[in-house]
Amino acid sequence: MSEALSNGSAPILAVDEVSVSLAGREVLRDVSFAIESGEFTGLIGSNGAGKTTLFRVILGLQAAHGTVLVGGAPRSRRNPLIGYVPQKFQLDPDVPLRARDLVALGLDAHRYGIATPSRARRARVEEMLEAVDARDFADARVGTLSGGEQQRVLIAHALIAAPKLLLLDEPLANLDLRSGHEVVALLARITSEQRIAVLISAHEMNPLLPVIDRIVYLAAGRAASGTTEEVVRTSVLSALYGHHVDVLQVHGRVLVVAGEAGELADTSDHSHTQTQVEIVS
Amino acid sequence: MFSGFMIHAWTVATIVAVVAGLVGFFVVLRGSAFVAHAIPNGSFAGAAAASLVGINTLIGFGVFAFFGAFSISALGHRGRHDVATALTLVLMLGLGALFVTLSVEYTPEVYSLLFGEILGVSISQLIPTAGLAVVCVIAIALLYRPLMLSSLLPDVAEARGIATARIDLAFLAVVALATTMTVPVVGTLLIFSLMIGAPAAARSFTDKPLQALGLSVAIALAIVWAAIALSYQTNYPVGFFVGTVSAASYTVGRLWAAWTRHAGIRSPTGPRVGPKYT
Ligand SMILES: Nc1ncnc2c1ncn2[C@@H]1O[C@H](COP(=O)(O)OP(=O)(O)OP(=O)(O)O)[C@@H](O)[C@H]1O
Ligand SMILES: [Mg+2]
Repeated sequence: MSEALSNGSAPILAVDEVSVSLAGREVLRDVSFAIESGEFTGLIGSNGAGKTTLFRVILGLQAAHGTVLVGGAPRSRRNPLIGYVPQKFQLDPDVPLRARDLVALGLDAHRYGIATPSRARRARVEEMLEAVDARDFADARVGTLSGGEQQRVLIAHALIAAPKLLLLDEPLANLDLRSGHEVVALLARITSEQRIAVLISAHEMNPLLPVIDRIVYLAAGRAASGTTEEVVRTSVLSALYGHHVDVLQVHGRVLVVAGEAGELADTSDHSHTQTQVEIVS
Repeated sequence: MFSGFMIHAWTVATIVAVVAGLVGFFVVLRGSAFVAHAIPNGSFAGAAAASLVGINTLIGFGVFAFFGAFSISALGHRGRHDVATALTLVLMLGLGALFVTLSVEYTPEVYSLLFGEILGVSISQLIPTAGLAVVCVIAIALLYRPLMLSSLLPDVAEARGIATARIDLAFLAVVALATTMTVPVVGTLLIFSLMIGAPAAARSFTDKPLQALGLSVAIALAIVWAAIALSYQTNYPVGFFVGTVSAASYTVGRLWAAWTRHAGIRSPTGPRVGPKYT
């Protein structure tokens, strides 16, 4: 269920049989999947499923068994092919740094010395601010921006280095419904415009379903991957969870419901209407 | 006021202010004010130890400053930085208490490190101070970008391949170096006020990082120059004026920020005007 798609070109990211143990507990077991350029992939799993851990493995910040190939080469730190927006970050409102300064830092923060200003540099920053619709607050202190605005600035910061793969860890977690939709639409546009692969983690799949090409579903330390139709099925997810779960479709929204006990494993509580949730609960 | 030994005082104070303004900018950015307090105060123990065994107190001070930097970096690597700093400070203060008790006779050089002797700076101190200052300035200029990113977004920096632990250690070493060179001049107690007061004030006046860095240096210069001039006129200690003027500059900065916000000018800390993203 987890082999790479083989349509000729090498995948930009190939994760093969990756296992990670943290503090004596196996957090990920034999996780395998692959991502192609221009694909928008959702990494779905509940809290503690191992999404952040998997990102750290891909970034080369977490030791793991198995292989991770990025652009066909073994993973390494300082991989210019990967852009990363972390789940948690804290920017102090007093820091004298404008949104555009943070975006510019994405260009060459790993270099020593102070950047020499140039027209090309400014234009590139402007282009990225434009790409994430951040021009209106480009000159505001980044710490004073709202969560959704900061998210955009961090996306621009990651994109300016022209990565081939963009990893976003729970970018929707702290956003309201509308900002969430905006960020998802923005990412879908960037994926197709810039032909990069985007891997986005979320505990809730429904906001992503309209835009993602593929899904990697993490549960019980293991992963199932494929198109949404292939993965989000009663048989596949029951095998993954190790017990029976029902996959229900309600008004085009997907609910994963644990069998007998009737517990919700994954609900669509952020849907357009509250009534859909009430149907199942 | 500008003749003889006073020329030395002005020169060395200028050097010290430049270094404190530059290094302090990142100290404040990283929220490491406690480190800037702990390293000079803890290193006092090194001066006491040096005086005990009869070597130059500044060497003992420097050794302890670097020990403090390594200790904070090592302990803080996988834990809270403030706890690591506190533990290091406690250890060094304990040693300091021991060494001061062990040394029987009164050691003026050790005590002079507490408040500094800016008016007693000799030409022989000038050259090494200038040399160390150049090292600090070059180090800050080199570290600027990776240090900025790893201070603000450590996870992103790490993912970018910046060795944040090594950057952290390098920066702490620069703080130790800056402290060692400035302490004989302004004293352990006052380097702290110069390193925090000037950059904290500068942040209120501008949103741009390089401008804030330059302003931090400018304010540090203004503080020490004003302090020396006032001390010369009144005969009150330089330290008194360094402390009060730097606190005053910070207050002015906050007032400025509040005023520009009130006046509706787009201010650094205030709300921005213009179309908010919708
Ligand atoms: N440094 C660590 N030491 C020990 N256990 C850890 C460590 N980091 C994570 N874990 C454990 O690994 C599991 C997966 O954590 P991870 O942060 O990857 O989950 P996640 O899917 O990102 O969750 P969330 O949706 O809450 O962000 C959790 O059970 C967590 O307790
Ligand atoms: Mg996580």
